[in-house]
Amino acid sequence: MTTPHRDARGRPLVAVTGLGIITSLGQGKDSNWDALVAGRSGIHRIERFPTHGLRTTIAGTVDYLFDRPFAAPELSEKLATIAAEEAVTQSGLGQSGDFPGELFMAVPPVEMEWPQRRQMSQTLPGEADYDGLLRAAATGQFRPLHELFLFGSVADHIADHFGTKGSPISLSTACSSGATAIQMGVEAIRRGDTQAALCIGTDGSVHAEALIRFSLLSALSTQNDPPEGASKPFSKNRDGFVMGEGAGALVLEDYDHALARGATILGLIAGCGERGDGFHRTRSSPDGKPAILAMQDALADAGLAPGDVDYINAHGTSTPENDKMEAMSCAAVFGERMPSLPISSNKSMIGHTLTAAGAIEAVISLMTIAKGVITPTINHNVPDPAIPLDVVPNTAREARVRTVLSNSFGFGGQNTCLVLTAAPEAA
Amino acid sequence: MSRRDVVVTGIGIVSALGEGLEPHLAALRGERPASLDTERFAPYPLHPLAALELDRQIPKKSDQRQMEPWQRIGVYSAGLALDSAGLKDDAEAKSRLQVIVAAGGGERDHAVDAGILNGLRDATDPGAYLNERLMGDLRPTLFLAQLSNLLAGNIAIVHGVTGASRTFMGEEQAGVDAIRTAQARIAAGQADTVLVGGSYNAERRDMLLLFELGGMLRRDDVAPVFSREDKPGMITGSVGAFLVLEAAEHARDRGAKTFAKLAPVVATRSRRAAGDVEQALRRALDGFGAAKDVLAISAATGVGGITAEEASALAAFATTPIATGDLVGHGVEAAFPASVALAAAALSAGQAREAVVTGAGHRRGEGAAHLVAI
Repeated sequence: MTTPHRDARGRPLVAVTGLGIITSLGQGKDSNWDALVAGRSGIHRIERFPTHGLRTTIAGTVDYLFDRPFAAPELSEKLATIAAEEAVTQSGLGQSGDFPGELFMAVPPVEMEWPQRRQMSQTLPGEADYDGLLRAAATGQFRPLHELFLFGSVADHIADHFGTKGSPISLSTACSSGATAIQMGVEAIRRGDTQAALCIGTDGSVHAEALIRFSLLSALSTQNDPPEGASKPFSKNRDGFVMGEGAGALVLEDYDHALARGATILGLIAGCGERGDGFHRTRSSPDGKPAILAMQDALADAGLAPGDVDYINAHGTSTPENDKMEAMSCAAVFGERMPSLPISSNKSMIGHTLTAAGAIEAVISLMTIAKGVITPTINHNVPDPAIPLDVVPNTAREARVRTVLSNSFGFGGQNTCLVLTAAPEAA
Repeated sequence: MSRRDVVVTGIGIVSALGEGLEPHLAALRGERPASLDTERFAPYPLHPLAALELDRQIPKKSDQRQMEPWQRIGVYSAGLALDSAGLKDDAEAKSRLQVIVAAGGGERDHAVDAGILNGLRDATDPGAYLNERLMGDLRPTLFLAQLSNLLAGNIAIVHGVTGASRTFMGEEQAGVDAIRTAQARIAAGQADTVLVGGSYNAERRDMLLLFELGGMLRRDDVAPVFSREDKPGMITGSVGAFLVLEAAEHARDRGAKTFAKLAPVVATRSRRAAGDVEQALRRALDGFGAAKDVLAISAATGVGGITAEEASALAAFATTPIATGDLVGHGVEAAFPASVALAAAALSAGQAREAVVTGAGHRRGEGAAHLVAI
């Protein structure tokens, strides 16, 4: 028996042995990577529902999975299944339908949608109010809608499909949910509760009301033409984010467990940091303190210093507020080095995949380490003098990347940062 | 790995019975009847929230306005828990306090929805009509009042808890997993103090609708949770329940009052074939090795089949289980946290030396906890 590997704090190392991704750019690591390196955008005009009268008519929806109408949780589940299949297959861990680890899933909140409400109301003779809908429900003829719109259903179905162990976690920390799912997997492995974890972030919830809600908060870009030009993180003319859909999945595994079975180790989740922000429901503390502390916590958790980071995968939503705050916070953490430290935003191409973003961007970060290429921030044509960053503008760049900081910041004061590193040189 | 003991050092609870420990302990002793409303949401009886003086925990009216009732119930009970733990005015402790919330979400504006549904019947272009009405009728801030993780966000804003938060979703099991994860993180040294709990507003037709779709509600008249064979189903209740869990040594060092010790929580996901729930709960309870005369508190839903199975598992004890649902109604995400809170309060009051808590979610998930008096 060899000595177990431990991190600087004496905890098990957490290896990544499988990755999966699906976005508006395509299905799977290869197609996504090719598009990201080519600087291609997945943002397009919305065709899923009528956009008449809306200020924003574009999104990075995934439109190639269903040939029938569907509800958001159905798409979220399908996206998660596809990404997780890819990750679990790559990991070679367990048997089909018998994954020997726990499930941590970032899922968007769900509720009944307009097509279902409307379908029920059409069976009513009188007033289409909630008492009427309750009478329609009591007939029992809409029974499947109960399961469809429960919060726990998507993760439960994924647990069934992959045969994960234990009680599956469905979580939300808004736009940092995907990173939180990974963090919870890391913690469970460090505790020794499980030797493997399937961590997924998924979001397939672009429908009319979801888009309108963000629109009413003035959070979305309204520069609809051309669609692929709308998401411009860190640019002076940025005017909001673009909603996107997709899923990212990671198989995390106790490093020694992975070594013992001869698995290919794709990298480590070396550190996680999280901080709350009690300043405001949608705005960050003006001093950026929670974001700064979350980055510093993640580095400290990894036993690394700011000087060890080779690249930052930005939250970079393309909203005026986030990008300014993120740039300022990064400058506080990385100091004089910041203007020359590459930082880019995948959201320039895939939009803001919301609940899924932290997981999708972790997958891309680990691919960046593997490929030695940094994906660009596209649409960077009007630099913002207030943001003196190397955003890897418009064109991918070759670089030796061993350590990535991946940022996720969300509504409700959620700040979650991950430090991802290359696999150790010698086992 | 050596594990630390975890204790309950704060309890905040609000329900139809009122707020704080007193009315709930009285109900546990059988000295206080449940408060039910059989009229307002007929044919669905429910336990409506007792009137709260919101200002006492949510001082700013602007904060109150930014929340929907389920969030206000949660923020209010979280504040009670912080008070109970002696942490409310400790800014340093609150900056390190971790938060895990079991949350639902999305309270609909029922009038807006009904107006749109009626209008859609005659709309020549339903898609354009829907967009126009939603753009005009939705309150811009409604979304934030609905987002699941904004209960945690509001706890941060209102109570100044700036440690990190996580929000679990998934009905009853979210409450089980929240307490399980909080206990495990403290035991393993990943956190010293965690504020954990959930809240549920029963007085909304959109939630009744979701459950009625699945035929999950008790109709017309009231019956105890374990005696609803004639018409099985849930009688829901508005409940907020938060606990402060803490490493025993940490609580000792700061001289905190401790209510009870909480052992590792068991959460399972049975396939829900006949007998699965009973077997899962029986196995969890066997693992606790509790005495026969234990105080047994059940978060059972009243839904057919699984409720009888839960009763069978609890029949291993000599005592008659108390159903939280009979006291405050079924609180969905808050049901298990409320049940653990009741158990901890009862142990602290000397009502028993040891308690077990069980709960099988109405659709999925089973949980069990074991608490011991200090």
